[in-house]
Amino acid sequence: MVTNHNGASITRLTAQAMADAFESGKFTSVQATQAALDRIAAVEGDVHAFLHVDAEGALATAAAVDADREAGKPLPPLAGVPIAIKDVLVTKGLPTTAGSRILEGWIPPYDATVTEKIRAARMPILGKTNMDEFAMGSSTEHSGFGPTHNPWDLSRIPGGSGGGSAAALAAFEAPLAIGSDTGGSIRQPASVTGTVGVKPTYGAVSRYGVIALASSLDQVGPCARTVHDAALLHEVIAGHDPRDSTSLPDDVPPVLSAANRGRDHGLEGVRIGVIKDLTGEGFQPGVRQRFDEAIQQLRSAGATVTEVSCPSFAYALAAYYLILPSEASSNLAKYDAVRFGLRVDDGSGTIERVMGTTRAAGFGDEVKRRIILGTYALSAGYYDAYYGSAQKVRTLIQRDFADAFGSVDVLVSPTCPTTAFKLGEQVNDPLTMYLNDIATIPANLAGIPGMSLPIGLAPEDGLPVGLQILAPARHDDRLYRVGAALESALIGLWAGTLLTQAPTLEVTP
Amino acid sequence: MTAKASTGRVLAYEEALETFDPVFGIEVHVELNTKTKMFCGCANEFGAEPNTRVCPVCLGLPGSLPVTNEKAVESAIRLGLALGCSIRESSRFARKNYFYPDLAKDYQISQYDEPTSYEGSLDVVLDDGTTVAIGIERAHIEEDAGKNTHVGGTGGIQGADHSLVDYNRGGVPLVEIVSKPITGMGLRTAEVARAYVATLRDLVKALEISDGRMEQGSLRADVNLSLRAKVAPGEDQDAIPFGKRSETKNVNSLRAIEKAIHHEVGRQAALLSAGKPVVQETRHWHEDTNSTTPGRSKEEAEDYRYFPEPDLMPIEPSSAWIQELRATLPEPPAKRRARLQEEWGFADLEMRDVVAADAIALIADTVAAGVAPQAARKWWMGELARTAKEQSVELADLPVTPTDIAELQGLVDSGGLNDKLARQALAGTLAGEGSPSAVVAARGLAVVSDDSALEKAVDEALAAQPEVFSKIREGKVAAAGAIVGAVMKATGGQADAGRVREIILKRAGVEG
Repeated sequence: MVTNHNGASITRLTAQAMADAFESGKFTSVQATQAALDRIAAVEGDVHAFLHVDAEGALATAAAVDADREAGKPLPPLAGVPIAIKDVLVTKGLPTTAGSRILEGWIPPYDATVTEKIRAARMPILGKTNMDEFAMGSSTEHSGFGPTHNPWDLSRIPGGSGGGSAAALAAFEAPLAIGSDTGGSIRQPASVTGTVGVKPTYGAVSRYGVIALASSLDQVGPCARTVHDAALLHEVIAGHDPRDSTSLPDDVPPVLSAANRGRDHGLEGVRIGVIKDLTGEGFQPGVRQRFDEAIQQLRSAGATVTEVSCPSFAYALAAYYLILPSEASSNLAKYDAVRFGLRVDDGSGTIERVMGTTRAAGFGDEVKRRIILGTYALSAGYYDAYYGSAQKVRTLIQRDFADAFGSVDVLVSPTCPTTAFKLGEQVNDPLTMYLNDIATIPANLAGIPGMSLPIGLAPEDGLPVGLQILAPARHDDRLYRVGAALESALIGLWAGTLLTQAPTLEVTP
Repeated sequence: MTAKASTGRVLAYEEALETFDPVFGIEVHVELNTKTKMFCGCANEFGAEPNTRVCPVCLGLPGSLPVTNEKAVESAIRLGLALGCSIRESSRFARKNYFYPDLAKDYQISQYDEPTSYEGSLDVVLDDGTTVAIGIERAHIEEDAGKNTHVGGTGGIQGADHSLVDYNRGGVPLVEIVSKPITGMGLRTAEVARAYVATLRDLVKALEISDGRMEQGSLRADVNLSLRAKVAPGEDQDAIPFGKRSETKNVNSLRAIEKAIHHEVGRQAALLSAGKPVVQETRHWHEDTNSTTPGRSKEEAEDYRYFPEPDLMPIEPSSAWIQELRATLPEPPAKRRARLQEEWGFADLEMRDVVAADAIALIADTVAAGVAPQAARKWWMGELARTAKEQSVELADLPVTPTDIAELQGLVDSGGLNDKLARQALAGTLAGEGSPSAVVAARGLAVVSDDSALEKAVDEALAAQPEVFSKIREGKVAAAGAIVGAVMKATGGQADAGRVREIILKRAGVEG
């Protein structure tokens, strides 16, 4: 319970607690937003979670919400709760770069559907968070604007590509954030920062205005410090969008009530499958230990746990690194210096030359690597062997999931094989870097929803470990029920969320 | 763009076809006349200020996504059905990847391995009434690109000072109709090609899915042509494989299609006769020189890296919907031609000329506006056909409409104009002076039927030719023609000839 208007204590509140405090008049949105901005100012030098901070815009939104609340006007549930948005979503009037120098200085003339929904929810937008360039990476080291640092240990990576959003939560710079997940870019950063991240079912959240990496895999989702907060944000951003042809026509599953049910009533009758293929070799001992303990907690909450096998997962990484670069090579063609963004002209006069010099200067190495890979994979004569075969693997993985969900309600695995590694450790070793996503990629290939939530610190390095929950497509609510039940048990065990154990990053001004 | 000088010798068409057998195919792009573009809500209209019909989607801004225009799909399916095509139960869009400034996303959304319509046939009637069935390989849906304008320097793409891009056309819905290779047409190759495109154009207009205006680029043709050795009579021509082909791009009038075929036949024949190879390449058509120059060689052709468009769901028309659309199809052009000939009572030769002049639709509209078929035919095939020929334009491109002709004929029928005055009124309309009645008013063209004025003119003419007057009085009524002619001359053609004759006979005391 907050008894004063001290900024430091406000920033540690969950979104729900903050919304309750606005409603009861304990403090205002302007105070909460200013507290977040103060915290950002205090820790950004160390963390670098943001690429752009919009103090003025955030405070204006907060002030308007406060005025409406004062006037007794009806407000949406999260009105006044500040939020950070991954720089992959376009924001009208706010710089948007997707972490790339090639978009430096571009101010979008339109809002992503998710941005519109956040504005309609009256949530102050604190700014845009750092990410690997065009969401290609697992560490934010591939950002064109420098890496983000993990608040648990500033010498370590915060995960990627959405390391900025996850670090902003873990450093108490924002209570909520938006991420995007193409192969684990929400879940892996959540895992290594002790936060909660959800990749909804493909099509559950609109991709309109989300700068495309791989169109058939990309999905926007909520990032939060608790499962309940993630559910609140999920309900704000999800829903059918006629501007996205791949958007699901369905109603949003009842994720908030599912979270409440899991927290209050446990998991009696819930069948959980442990993915055998994602627990063995290559997984850090401390990760496996915490995972096994979490399984015990799930059993204690009333769930029945069995092992299931998904043999096709062995091919997931290979298939992913054909499909993603193929789609990306096409999606990234538009950065050609003709209509927006960077333009590098060496004066030789031809448009082909301007396109070439601009792309050479504007794209980082990882982006170039994947464009080259994808261009090759789609080339005449190679298409069937590469892109075609990868699509077949995708079908096999969907079949594995369908088989597994025939006997269990949700599947679980560690989110990542390891805890956060050191900055610089893997940046020159793409194949090792790609392995970080081995457990998260299958969900993207199958289009199913997944959640990562913290399950403790690995004994050997004291860094957060995450557990991944996977559910069948359109059953996102199951993630929340199981996640909230587990979270509730663990919070009881730890006497608070895992983040209460994180370093405070106190800096002297 | 400046045409490079055409290189090499070109054989005469007829001469070339004594030794070679032509094989051709035509790709036609039809711009659909939907209210909005293929994948966004921007207005689909020709001629707006540059870059005023654009949005994040058709500009390919980061984050934007396409949404399929259902009406365009409907138009494409109706066209496919009218071409006798099968309609796929499920057809995916594909991305055709290439870098070009007028292509906003640097890929074009098209269809590749799953075109919506495939395997059809279109009956084309030639000038002499022969019907030829042209095989249709596919008709697929895609989006148009924007338009580059090269400014300064040579004005060509390579030598301009700078280039401007207008994205208004970017994302306009297109259907590309690809014919199968057409063989065995010999000397009629050019005529068949022209008749095929004309029939397609009539079809899209009858379907009301496109205005089919070639001069505005809403119907564009690419002509593929190759030659192979001609076999002796009685031998199997199809035992000889196809030769290397050229693809002549953007041949944008019916006349140009014939000319482009003539030119390519002659050019390739000259090469082959000289023992030189034909290069497989795209060629540009030059209206000014009636010749083609080489474009991109197919050997160095780009690899478009097609793959299924992940941002769009497949088109999956229900069979019930397809049945509904089938019921909306207009009469096929060949059948329509036969029916109209019968209704209008035109002789075969008359109808052949009408078809050759591409005047069916014009005459049909004129008849629909109330003019007798023969009168409508006389206007379009007479005065107007002559004018079109003089100006080297298509009949339909003359600045006169079927409504104008109906108005003109109405004035003739009511006695307000005689033939000579009517031609003057028409000349005024063609000169941009407005509708025929406006020209009549402005130029003061009206038949003089005021008896006192006419009587005066008649009296003067009779006085000038007393010997003729005597003959008439003797009952040689035919002699009155000379006096009528003199009166007409004196009145600048504005006299009502019938009334003049009556007055002459009255003066002579003779009954007509």
